[in-house]
Amino acid sequence: MVDISAAPPAPTGTTTDALVELRGVDKHFGALHVLQNIDLTVRRGEVVVIIGPSGSGKSTLCRTINRLETIDSGTIVLDGVPLPAEGRALARLRADVGMVFQSFNLFAHKTVLDNVVLGQVKAKGVKPAKAKEIALALLDRVGVRNQADKLPAQLSGGQQQRVAIARALAMQPKVMLFDEPTSALDPEMINEVLDVMVGLAKDGMTMIVVTHEMGFARRAANRVVFMDGGQIVEESDPETFFTAPKSERARDFLSKILTH
Amino acid sequence: MDDGYFQQFLSLFDEFDVPAAFWVNIQLTFFAGILALILGTVLATMRISPVPSLRWAGSTYVTLLRNTPLTIIMVFCVLGLWGQLGVTLSPDFQTNFFRLAVVGLTVYHAAFVCEALRSGVNTVPVGQAEAARAIGLSFWPAARLIILPQAFRGSVAPLGNVLIALTKNSTVAAAASVAEASGLMRTMIEFRPDVILAIFLTFAFGFVLIVVPIGLATTALSRRLAVAR
Ligand SMILES: Nc1ncnc2c1ncn2[C@@H]1O[C@H](COP(=O)(O)OP(=O)(O)OP(=O)(O)O)[C@@H](O)[C@H]1O
Ligand SMILES: [Mg+2]
Repeated sequence: MVDISAAPPAPTGTTTDALVELRGVDKHFGALHVLQNIDLTVRRGEVVVIIGPSGSGKSTLCRTINRLETIDSGTIVLDGVPLPAEGRALARLRADVGMVFQSFNLFAHKTVLDNVVLGQVKAKGVKPAKAKEIALALLDRVGVRNQADKLPAQLSGGQQQRVAIARALAMQPKVMLFDEPTSALDPEMINEVLDVMVGLAKDGMTMIVVTHEMGFARRAANRVVFMDGGQIVEESDPETFFTAPKSERARDFLSKILTH
Repeated sequence: MDDGYFQQFLSLFDEFDVPAAFWVNIQLTFFAGILALILGTVLATMRISPVPSLRWAGSTYVTLLRNTPLTIIMVFCVLGLWGQLGVTLSPDFQTNFFRLAVVGLTVYHAAFVCEALRSGVNTVPVGQAEAARAIGLSFWPAARLIILPQAFRGSVAPLGNVLIALTKNSTVAAAASVAEASGLMRTMIEFRPDVILAIFLTFAFGFVLIVVPIGLATTALSRRLAVAR
């Protein structure tokens, strides 16, 4: 039996319920203060949706959590362990954080199957036969097993994104980050990806999702975090956020995306 | 031109072994090509590495070697490496010069291979490296498994141009006393100035015959290997 459940692995760090903890995180791009004193705690099994206007720092926040971006000050703790600065420890820790990109970023010269096998074998030392078994089970789960031998460019956007989710899951991450996973997709493909994500959430995966898909937020999120100008302006449960936002900035933002 | 001219010209091939001389150029190109590809890949990896000192060493090498005339590098290999420093790559006199010439061609063209590969690296979207890092690959595995394979496939055409330049530049090995085609041409002209035009055309045509297929092959290959995105 291959265990492909998304149930989070047993805690390895402290006994607290917090899986991802950002404390006083600051980040500049030159003179631009993109993340301003960010405090955010994501509990084990929680699904957090990050929403906010373009340029508010959502992607940057996501990317700091697996250190694709460095931070200027503050701390980021993952399952009780502070993010290492560089080297092998960082690479190992990155494998614990699954990342799904807006533009899929599947390895263009590798087949779908190899995309899902590669990280397991090269970063985690899983035996190739075992890795292939796990990969096929995961591709089955996201509904693209019959595409296993194709190259990414031969797949539709929705299929590619589901492969990207399978690739991230293959590393058995503790938390999954999604940066606008459906905004590069044609409308008819958005739901096939969101359905996979909702399934993951139901299985107990800890998820941080940057998205403007309110349907997803309502169906799957425990919490909505609203960002603007590099700050977290407001946090609440999805229903409250969408029906009765507290801040003027959130109201303003929602009125804009709702009229579209 | 009377009938005798053509006879005169043909008799050259009895006196001088033209194919053997071209064969030396092909061998020089072959060995220097493989070695330059290896060294150039190492240099390109250094230039994209996260280690500043490696990046500096890589770019310094490229700047120095790319801007030095090949003839000077070749003369240095013979007079400097062998004559002054006593570097001997083979006990056999001829083989030694051949190998020194291969070294000269290699170190020079590796700089161009490096730049061709770097142009290939630029065809690989930054998202590929980010995805590799995100699944926990550190720099070297990410470069070896994800970036360089795509960079090679994206730089077949510029690498083909380097190979064409190398084929023609192999004539500079004459400066290292290697008996190759251009050297033979000079000898033949010296002995048979009466058919100088025919001699010149023979050698020009010989190189065209070698170089044109390389160009056709690399163009076809670059289309076939292009990474679909
Ligand atoms: N590598 C970079 N260098 C300089 N500035 C950057 C860089 N990446 C992002 N920025 C800037 O930082 C700010 C925040 O960017 P970020 O991508 O995090 O916003 P976002 O909330 O994800 O926006 P969007 O909804 O458009 O994706 C923007 O003003 C952006 O222009
Ligand atoms: Mg973004």
